[in-house]
Amino acid sequence: MEIKQILMGLNGDEAVAYAIKQVDPDVVAAYPITPQTIIVERFSEYVADGEVHTEFISVESEHSALSACVGAAAAGARAFTATAANGLALMWEILYIAASCRLPIVMAIVNRALSGPINIHCDHSDAMGARDSGWIQIFCENSQEAYDSTIQAWRIAEHPDVQLPVMVCLDGFVLSHTLENVMTLPDEVVKKFIGERKFVTIKNHFGKEVPFILDPENPITIGPLDLYDFYFEHKMQQIHAMENAPRVIEEVGKEYGKISGRTYGLVHPYKLEDAEIAIIGLGSTMGTAKIVVDRLREKGVKAGLLRIRSFRPFPAQQIIEHLKDKKVIGVLDRAASFGAYGGPLFNEVRNAFYDQDIKPLISNYIYGLGGRDMPPQRLMIIFEDLQKIMETKRIEKTVKYIGVRE
Amino acid sequence: MSLEEKLPGWKEIPIGGIPFKPSTEYKTGDWKVFKPVINYEKCTKCLFCHIYCPDGAIKIKEDGYPEPDYDFCKGCGICAEECPVKAIEMVKD
Repeated sequence: MEIKQILMGLNGDEAVAYAIKQVDPDVVAAYPITPQTIIVERFSEYVADGEVHTEFISVESEHSALSACVGAAAAGARAFTATAANGLALMWEILYIAASCRLPIVMAIVNRALSGPINIHCDHSDAMGARDSGWIQIFCENSQEAYDSTIQAWRIAEHPDVQLPVMVCLDGFVLSHTLENVMTLPDEVVKKFIGERKFVTIKNHFGKEVPFILDPENPITIGPLDLYDFYFEHKMQQIHAMENAPRVIEEVGKEYGKISGRTYGLVHPYKLEDAEIAIIGLGSTMGTAKIVVDRLREKGVKAGLLRIRSFRPFPAQQIIEHLKDKKVIGVLDRAASFGAYGGPLFNEVRNAFYDQDIKPLISNYIYGLGGRDMPPQRLMIIFEDLQKIMETKRIEKTVKYIGVRE
Repeated sequence: MSLEEKLPGWKEIPIGGIPFKPSTEYKTGDWKVFKPVINYEKCTKCLFCHIYCPDGAIKIKEDGYPEPDYDFCKGCGICAEECPVKAIEMVKD
């Protein structure tokens, strides 16, 4: 059935806020931080105008924002928050608590460089630091996807086989403050798609099967001491939930495609089938890179790209399937991992190929730190380097830095 | 063999660290070095000890006198400190 969608002019932050308005969560607890501020600012207007039923909690810090979401989600609420960079850093301990308590909170991360020196512009250092916290991390290419993923996130987080919090990551300023055409679904279609929050059941301390929710009639204890005799088992459950997540992300992405015409998966290939050289990366840069691929294709260069949408869970198998027959791959990292052998994405991509008998040459390009621009010309430098590697069959320098002055 | 192997595995226990047994089944009284011993000849049944005990480990008997529950008492000594008639002595456990 064709659903009539409405075209709106929204920047990335507004797209997220509009999606959350349609989701109408029970609780939003937030603290403003650039470049996320527009999300909660716009949402607070929806609250003030009576367009949502949400309890909006203005807190004194991001630590409190996520803590409030933990409490709300444990009590059965749909809880949302949004942050960036230093705000995410201040949430650190609660990130792990939200994930280990298996609370399906949704949070928008508007990717921004971590201080210091203080910087408000885009890179992925904030989200990369949180990669091991147990949250699902979806990276968006554009504002349309920020809108779409903010809706899908609830279905992924609340799925009975997952029950994990989800970060929807969008690039600061590049997406958050840039107006785009965004197709939006009618309110009732979004409501029907996400449905009501359902609860898994668990055995409580009286041996009774009860919903996983704080309820005085059916008490459970959330967040008690958990030492060497059970902690490891609870971590195994989180690992298992993450292993279930890829299937759920794909199912939800396909189902969303049926109502919107926009289908989402774990990875999004572009002109890869016959490609010899390809880049792989996250976020808005991969949108710019499509134009570069097109220009190279016009010149007869067999170039392509693979955008990773889900960084956690990491879709290693899908990456292998898409890239195993390529000659050279360039991995783009918008974060430095000081002292590591390359960027975080590079480490995982190259690790994924270790067991393959035939594998591409894989090179790492660190770019765009602190909002350093990544125009087509700079992407072209990377593709030219990949061509050179293909010709010489040799990587002279494994990790290269693109767009930095010496 | 190790103790862990007798405990249920990750597929059997509730998610999210939710306890599947009441806390009364976890005997936590073996932490203590000193335990409170009440001298019932001095005790006036004021029950300050019952109120001050941070762990609810001092019960009230049917005759109205307090009684430490050594399965859960951690030997903090607050009861002995607060007792107005000094009827509680902390002795080596």
